[in-house]
Amino acid sequence: MPNTEYYNDRVVRQFVLGAAIWGIIGMAVGVYAAAELMWPGLSFDIPWLTFSRIRPDHTFGVIFGFGGCALMGTCYYVVQRTGQARLALGGLAQLTFWGWQLICILAMVSMPLGATRGKEYAEPEWIVAILIAVVWVSFGAVFFTSLTRRRIRHIYVANWYYGAFIIAVGLLHIVNGLVLPVSMWKSYPIYSGVVDAMVEWWYGHNAVAFFLTAGFLGMMYYFVPRQAKQPLWSYRFSIVNFWALISVYMWAGSHHLMYTALPDWVQSVGMAFSLILLMPSWGSAANGLLTFNGSWWRLKDDPAAKFMVMSLVFYAAATFEGSMMAIKTVNSLSHYTDWTIAHVHSGALGWVAMITIGSLYSMAPSALGRPAMHSKRGMELHFWLHMMGTLMYICSMWAAGITEGLMWRATNADGSLTYSFLDSLIAIKPMYLIRWAGGLLILLGMVVMAWNLWHTAADARARKIKPIPVPIPEPTSHQIPAPLPAAG
Amino acid sequence: MAYKHFEIIEKNVGLLGVMIAIMVSLGGLAEITPLFIEAHTIKAPPGVLPYDPLRLAGRDIYVREGCFLCHSQQIRALRFETERYGHYSTVGESVYDRPFQWGSKRIGPDLARIGGKYSDDWQRMHLMNAQQLVPASNMPHFPWLADNKLDAAQIQASMRTLRRLGDPYSDADIASAPAAVDGKTEMDALIAYLQGLGIKNEPTSSNSAEASDGGAP
Repeated sequence: MPNTEYYNDRVVRQFVLGAAIWGIIGMAVGVYAAAELMWPGLSFDIPWLTFSRIRPDHTFGVIFGFGGCALMGTCYYVVQRTGQARLALGGLAQLTFWGWQLICILAMVSMPLGATRGKEYAEPEWIVAILIAVVWVSFGAVFFTSLTRRRIRHIYVANWYYGAFIIAVGLLHIVNGLVLPVSMWKSYPIYSGVVDAMVEWWYGHNAVAFFLTAGFLGMMYYFVPRQAKQPLWSYRFSIVNFWALISVYMWAGSHHLMYTALPDWVQSVGMAFSLILLMPSWGSAANGLLTFNGSWWRLKDDPAAKFMVMSLVFYAAATFEGSMMAIKTVNSLSHYTDWTIAHVHSGALGWVAMITIGSLYSMAPSALGRPAMHSKRGMELHFWLHMMGTLMYICSMWAAGITEGLMWRATNADGSLTYSFLDSLIAIKPMYLIRWAGGLLILLGMVVMAWNLWHTAADARARKIKPIPVPIPEPTSHQIPAPLPAAG
Repeated sequence: MAYKHFEIIEKNVGLLGVMIAIMVSLGGLAEITPLFIEAHTIKAPPGVLPYDPLRLAGRDIYVREGCFLCHSQQIRALRFETERYGHYSTVGESVYDRPFQWGSKRIGPDLARIGGKYSDDWQRMHLMNAQQLVPASNMPHFPWLADNKLDAAQIQASMRTLRRLGDPYSDADIASAPAAVDGKTEMDALIAYLQGLGIKNEPTSSNSAEASDGGAP
């Protein structure tokens, strides 16, 4: 049978472009917001430039703009390669791209203008939230229909993660988004007080679990073996880790509300499951790292592999830190401080951004019809800028967070408090400066990546790319599926 | 479970999807459902009333400006917290908070019981230019609040929406809104809201001891 089917890489390329642009925008907003904490005059008394109004733009821009585009792009790429079939519903896939860009623009413009639901990581108002739900369901339809068209019987592990990511994020977004509108740009949640708090942190924590972990683990399970050019370390281990991770994560949200008015038993359940969560987290990280066993030498001359290995190290570190911070005694010190900020950026800049950048450097050349990225030195430069920036960011925020935690709880012999709140702010200001500088390095790295991608895309811009034909797969066997063939 | 059992799931998209949906639903169901059931029994303590029109407007401004991103409203049950901020926060105090404003990060101090700690004038100057009162502060300025007038129709629409969600506003409450916010600015509303925090919603019947007249100029 002649092969007449071609991979749909057009939508993948569009999402790569989207990721590069939203990455720069989201991180630039972050750098500006960090500068405002040092120099509050930078808001120039303009409402939409004020820290409290642009912080949601930073988180939305990097999580949903940068991360969302990278996840959807790689998801479309991976589901085609692992199923050896063209993406289903091409028109709808196009719609998910343009719909997602529209959502990002609407959210990023409306939030600084004051249209917010006021719940972290779920700020866009109901009208944008409905659009998100529509695009998300379309994304799910494209993905699952593509899976049913696959020519390989076994669904590869990367797709389980992408599938869980799509199902869980849809569920979270809808349940947390139930509101009653007052007007076009104002609504009230149907939950109030303690229930709203629990629903929000069930959402917030699992947005981290499924958007920022499961989705990116899907990326990891495809691109790490490909970049190491050898099979996944253990396929069975990935099965155990997958089911443990997705079921345990959902219980852990209440660790965001320790010592609050939330019923005590919910706090304790959250803490217990957060500790259990360490096992599947480290399991996934170990599975990725051990996949490099025997090809560690590639790190010498492959910046994409370097990004991936460092991302897994940060993944292991951040999940360990997260489980520890869920212990009530540790949490009493760390909560409300910049330690939380250090932790989330260790996960976001270390794990999420690095696995994304590594995967983009791995995927972009083949999606753009080139043998390799335009500039390897550019990739090296990006690695070191990102690495230095991340370390400066995390270490300064650790120092700031622990300083705050200790100063807030310090008491004199007579039981009175040693420090005023302002003392703690003055003490950590130098740390805010280092954090800002680290953020600047990371932003520079993203600009280098965008430049590199732009030049790698020269053929794409000249419309000279030949579509890649879908290979006819080998006959299926009943063994555990063979790992993905090496790239190239 | 042997691998062959798993293999069935792994070769069937529908089954995989259903299994994932079940596994991810368990945790949320176990932790949130009991709270829903309990939520009906959490009644506002005596003395905790729904936000009056001016304070409701102030609360919406608090949410709009993103104050909760730097200020928590949740005093934890820890000695050094209660020493600094007052009695720890209780469930009953936030029954009318949609969305909840507990916060997650303190770039500035907790505000759960800020009401009455400073004068209205102090709050006004601090919101206009925090550094003129606290030079080391890194709080942004919010001068536009003093220029924006409140819209009574919008506040009434908000009250009607909240009533549909179960907050006990009477027709008289809603009808009183235009008079309550007449001539007031967003700054007045926000200050009224701040001055009520920890006073208007505190379970003890301290409502008679008002610390502020609710933002009169």
